[in-house]
Amino acid sequence: MDKSFVLKLTDLPRRPWFWAFAASVLAFGATTYLTDGRGGAGLLSAALTFAAFSAIVGLGQMFVITLGPGNVDLSIPATMTLAATLALKFMHGETALVLPGLGVALLVGLGAGGFNYALIRLLRIPPIIATLSASFLYQSLAIWSNRGLRIKPPEVLADFTTGSFFGIPNMTLIGLLIAVLSWIVLERSIFGRWVSAFGQNTRAARLSGVPVEVVRAVTYISSAVLASLTGYFLASFSGGAALNMGAEYLLISIAVVVIGGSSIAGGNSNVPGIWGGALLMFLIVSMLNSYGLGAGVRLIMTGTIIIGIVAAASGKGRAV
Amino acid sequence: MQQATGAGVSAPDAPLVALTDARVHFGAVRALDGVSLTISPGECLGLIGHNGAGKSTAVNVINGGLTPTGGQVRYLLADGRDGSGLADAQACGIRSVFQELSLCPNLTVLESLRVIHRDLTGIGWRKVAQGRIAKALAEIFPGHQIEPGMTVGELTLAERQMVEIAAGFSDGRMPARLVILDEPTSSLDAAIARQLLSHINTFCAKGGAVIFISHMLGEVFDVATRIDVMKDGRIIASKPTSEFTQQGLIDAMGHVAAEKSAARAPGSAKTELGEEILKTPEGLSARKGEIVGLAGLAGHGQAEALARFYMSRSGKLGQVKQPEVAFVAGDRGRDGVMPIWSILRNLTLTHLPSLTNRGLVDRDGERRLAADWRSRIGIRTDNMDNLILSLSGGNQQKVLFARALASSAPIVVMDDPMRGVDVGTKQEAYQLIRNEAAGGRSFLWYSTETEEVCQCDRVFVFRNGRISAELTGDNINEENILAASFEMQGVGT
Repeated sequence: MDKSFVLKLTDLPRRPWFWAFAASVLAFGATTYLTDGRGGAGLLSAALTFAAFSAIVGLGQMFVITLGPGNVDLSIPATMTLAATLALKFMHGETALVLPGLGVALLVGLGAGGFNYALIRLLRIPPIIATLSASFLYQSLAIWSNRGLRIKPPEVLADFTTGSFFGIPNMTLIGLLIAVLSWIVLERSIFGRWVSAFGQNTRAARLSGVPVEVVRAVTYISSAVLASLTGYFLASFSGGAALNMGAEYLLISIAVVVIGGSSIAGGNSNVPGIWGGALLMFLIVSMLNSYGLGAGVRLIMTGTIIIGIVAAASGKGRAV
Repeated sequence: MQQATGAGVSAPDAPLVALTDARVHFGAVRALDGVSLTISPGECLGLIGHNGAGKSTAVNVINGGLTPTGGQVRYLLADGRDGSGLADAQACGIRSVFQELSLCPNLTVLESLRVIHRDLTGIGWRKVAQGRIAKALAEIFPGHQIEPGMTVGELTLAERQMVEIAAGFSDGRMPARLVILDEPTSSLDAAIARQLLSHINTFCAKGGAVIFISHMLGEVFDVATRIDVMKDGRIIASKPTSEFTQQGLIDAMGHVAAEKSAARAPGSAKTELGEEILKTPEGLSARKGEIVGLAGLAGHGQAEALARFYMSRSGKLGQVKQPEVAFVAGDRGRDGVMPIWSILRNLTLTHLPSLTNRGLVDRDGERRLAADWRSRIGIRTDNMDNLILSLSGGNQQKVLFARALASSAPIVVMDDPMRGVDVGTKQEAYQLIRNEAAGGRSFLWYSTETEEVCQCDRVFVFRNGRISAELTGDNINEENILAASFEMQGVGT
């Protein structure tokens, strides 16, 4: 028994998600070291909250990237903004409309995902171009609908998104719940098999009876719905929908997938790594901030660290 | 020094390559377990054995690509020195043509040649390359349709194989002295294969040496001067060709030769056939329980017709649990294998929707299904969780068979599924197909091998993308198929 436990421990570095978590722990340690351990709880809570937003969009992006080369959803930021803007405008700060507002956000996601897929399928536009050009459309719609005004979220919703449950931030709980559901879908469901088959060899998947077009449609729609959900919560969390609220999530959504150890070539993804990557992305920035480094150095360091993690993760037994 | 003293001579004084007790172990797997052999100028060595016997490993040791974990490989260099290792293997003029096609589809024929011939550099290399490949192609396959400027993706499977073979025999920095052909004819039709065989004879008569690996025993008997039989990583028999008989070879390979391929009297099952269950606009049709063959020269539209039919009857969500058609791929890499998955997951892919509960996979049911098929068709592995790519080509093919047959689809489409499959496995597969057909399944079976087509209840011969003849019963024979492949003739019924 002991032996198998030791074996499992030595096996850990081979897990593709291990390095993201290991680096997160290091970054956390380095930050709290500076403050002699003070503020550790606050940092952890902030990391868990912000990572939740990155993780939810990252999970959507992960399913898309699993579909294989060329599949990536660049419309995530615009979809977040559009969903948040329309939902907050609809709720108009009224408590009673919180759930219908959520419905509006999810409908925006369904619409955006469906539109992305229609561009890819009907017009045969490569996914990168389709989602990028669609994102201009969504962004313009968002601008047109609220003309740059910041609309406040309903009080209840703002309290919920910033609150916590037994010390764990509510957003973290939602992020974990979605991660668990995604894990079940990816690892245990027929749909997860199909996504992986699609990503490895689309033609062979089609010839083996996989309904490839259904798989692709559902994947792009889920990505957009998760982005909308994130937009809805993020806007409520930060006190209103802003037109640039989604901007940084373009890079983050892709980065967490890659850092988390999912294969950018498709077919091979893992859910725990998304959370590892999301935590790391937040902790690196706060570490570099607390060491008082300027914005330029911070960006360079962030890039370097990401490259280091990806290299370490791909070097260790990930050859398949 | 490299003069052939006549065909069939097995021991000229200076062998080109000598393996002494070569061993290759991958962990616990003994891919090569003490092989000794020599190949001399003028010899054509036929290497046979069933899938996983170690033939491909032996080839990789001979061409220097794989360093044996034990034993020795020596090459006789052109200047009379002895050598070993990859560089000396190339200096010795050893060329390999692999069974799994290794050309990149986005390169032209010329560029593909440059990948193999490293001396093609500098200004004007295209001209040199063009000279080499055009000469070799014209020499081996007179009347071919391949332009050196075409990209590989535009070529048919057979033409790609022809390019690879021509590259193997072409002039180069070192002239080819030993050419290793691993299953060269499996994607070629009979006429082209014959051209290749006669070229091998000429090449050997001029003092070249060839190692010829094939599951088609007739061809081996045609060209080989000596036959080595491999089993479980060893050479278990090595004699001049004249001392072997076909039956003797099959017995030596260790397969109980189940029955002769002609065991089925043509038309014997006719009476049990059911109603017509498929008809395509181009004229293909099949009845319940019928095995329908698609024949003709390779690349005349058979594979496309099958793919079109398959695509038109699948892909909808409603067809997932009750598929109307299942597909067995012949081009495994392109159409079949999921490379990062285990054997288990590859096997269950098509039938899996029926093993789900509210979208979740019943993993015990999946294991049972895989275990059942593993024993039914004898997949050689100790663990179904191993990666699919750890299997030999023939065993991968068995997994693809199981993937299609495990489903409940009443029609099974097979796109030349026996490519690179050994004789024993073929017999098992034929039996399996017959049993399934007797159980009411219909098969659409495209094959480049006439022997296989002759096992069918009905045969459609393709020519230039169209059906040129429909043969049934006693009309199904090699002469009729060849006649219809080459020229239009009256449709016989």
